Amino acid sequence: MTQAPSELTRKISEAVEKMPAFPKSVQKILELTRNINCQPKELVSVIENDPVVTVKILKVLNSAYYNWPNTITSINRSVVYLGINTIKNLALSIAAIGVLPKENKAGLDMHRYLLHSLTVASIAKLLCAKLGAGTDPMDCHIAGLLHDFGKVVFAQFMPGEWAAAMALSQKEAMPLHLAEQSVIGVDHAVVGAILAEKWQFPKALANSIRFHHDGAGGDTAMSACVFAANRIGDRFVLEPGGHAEEELPPAVAARCGGSLAELAASLGDISRIVDEAKLLSRIGADL
Amino acid sequence: MKIKFWGVRGSIPVPGPGTVRYGGNTTCIEIRTDDNELIILDGGTGIFPLAQTLLAEMPVTANVFVTHGHWDHIQGLPFFTPIFIPGNRLLLHGAYDFVSGRGVEQVMDAQLQYSFFPIREAEMKATIEYFTLSPGQVVQLKSATVTPVLLSHPVINFGYRIDSHGKSMFFTGDHEPYYNIYDAADESFREYQVLIEEKEQAILDALRGVDVLIADASYTAEEYPAKKGWGHGTHDSCIDLAKKAGAKVLYCTHHEPTRDDNALERAFESVLARHPRRECDPEYRLAREGEEIEI
Repeated sequence: MTQAPSELTRKISEAVEKMPAFPKSVQKILELTRNINCQPKELVSVIENDPVVTVKILKVLNSAYYNWPNTITSINRSVVYLGINTIKNLALSIAAIGVLPKENKAGLDMHRYLLHSLTVASIAKLLCAKLGAGTDPMDCHIAGLLHDFGKVVFAQFMPGEWAAAMALSQKEAMPLHLAEQSVIGVDHAVVGAILAEKWQFPKALANSIRFHHDGAGGDTAMSACVFAANRIGDRFVLEPGGHAEEELPPAVAARCGGSLAELAASLGDISRIVDEAKLLSRIGADL
Repeated sequence: MKIKFWGVRGSIPVPGPGTVRYGGNTTCIEIRTDDNELIILDGGTGIFPLAQTLLAEMPVTANVFVTHGHWDHIQGLPFFTPIFIPGNRLLLHGAYDFVSGRGVEQVMDAQLQYSFFPIREAEMKATIEYFTLSPGQVVQLKSATVTPVLLSHPVINFGYRIDSHGKSMFFTGDHEPYYNIYDAADESFREYQVLIEEKEQAILDALRGVDVLIADASYTAEEYPAKKGWGHGTHDSCIDLAKKAGAKVLYCTHHEPTRDDNALERAFESVLARHPRRECDPEYRLAREGEEIEI
């Protein structure tokens, strides 16, 4: 299933408006912005390592008000275009919404979610840069960061249904996205892609989110990078219902030029990426 | 095309004996096309003396373009006398503000609050219309086109290019040259540098070959390091921009309020000594309140 009922789409988009960011980023944004001499690069780092703050800023900037020459998909580009003070004030207004609760009724492990997303984002960027297929590595980074965003949305706004999907996935040893399709009628990949389209992200970026569990769909360099990065990421930070040891589908392997093992080996020592993600994903001082 | 400076001061009005020659009013520039169409760039306190001259030619249609919403660029608008008189039209143009989520109407709305100004917009008898612009969105007037260009300031700031009957001018509003937020050793340095160069190129393309460039030269090169990130340029950065864009004449404006006329002239002399003018270079001048130029 690659579409969702329009009523569900509307409900989810509205819900994201009110979604708060991760506790650590909110705390850090408030701390950094109290200092008038705060280093812009520190603020950028906080923003781009929080999927919620990132999507909210990019969503506002890509809204219909301005006709940018290209969609803005990186926080650095947004700083060049609008200046650090505007980005700082946008971040502050997001921080003012509050913080994502550390425990949710759906039982989504927020720390693990963030760790996995950051790891996949970095691997996707690295893979893309290595392939040099004319795709912007920063687009792959953002696609990696957001590929599982649908899970947080489900956990936040449809906790009962999503918990049932998780339970089904575990009981039947079924991939989570199939369990979501069975229980909710749509999976997190589709929800993430729909949101990305709504935020005016490029079609290829939205599709790489849509097809991150479907190796046959969206045959583009970006889709292949995100798909493979998700599998490689699963080897280090396995998401519940993920698929660590499955081989890459032929289309993805052909795009990336190798099997999962070959690809992972070609990236060298990924432990640095995982360590960095671990550091960044400690989502609150008390966690 | 005629251009007249009604306010050349940055930040805050500074009337007094020390600023008699260059003027103490904040930013306002009047442009008249050859068809006498009226365009006003920014509504700092300089718009008030301009407004007095307009009372002789009513009904007035004033095409006002606001570079950004900081006080020194909008503060005179509630005192723009034609807005109180029926038959006049104020067409106010400016940027959408991502942080407040509002269009250019907030420039008036924010100032006309009960606690800060005695008259409500509903009581103003002229027709007031708002046009919230997107970067690059060309506004076609009867005898001119006006093109907003997104520049660099702590709030969204549009520079405007005006083309009319083969003549052209560009006003930056407030603008600080882009700088890399990363250190050279940082992984993201190169990526950021490419983004900056792309943006700089887009600005140069928009300015290319203008007859007159009016640019924000708030600081001296010596003062700048302590003011980095505040959103303003230097005389040197303006000269650099004028040269690269192939402008014919550069007017440095937004003079620092603490710099009196003598200090301003001294500072500018040393800038000119650093940048000896070759034949193909633009002419470099200081903007002076009351000065009118025709191109």
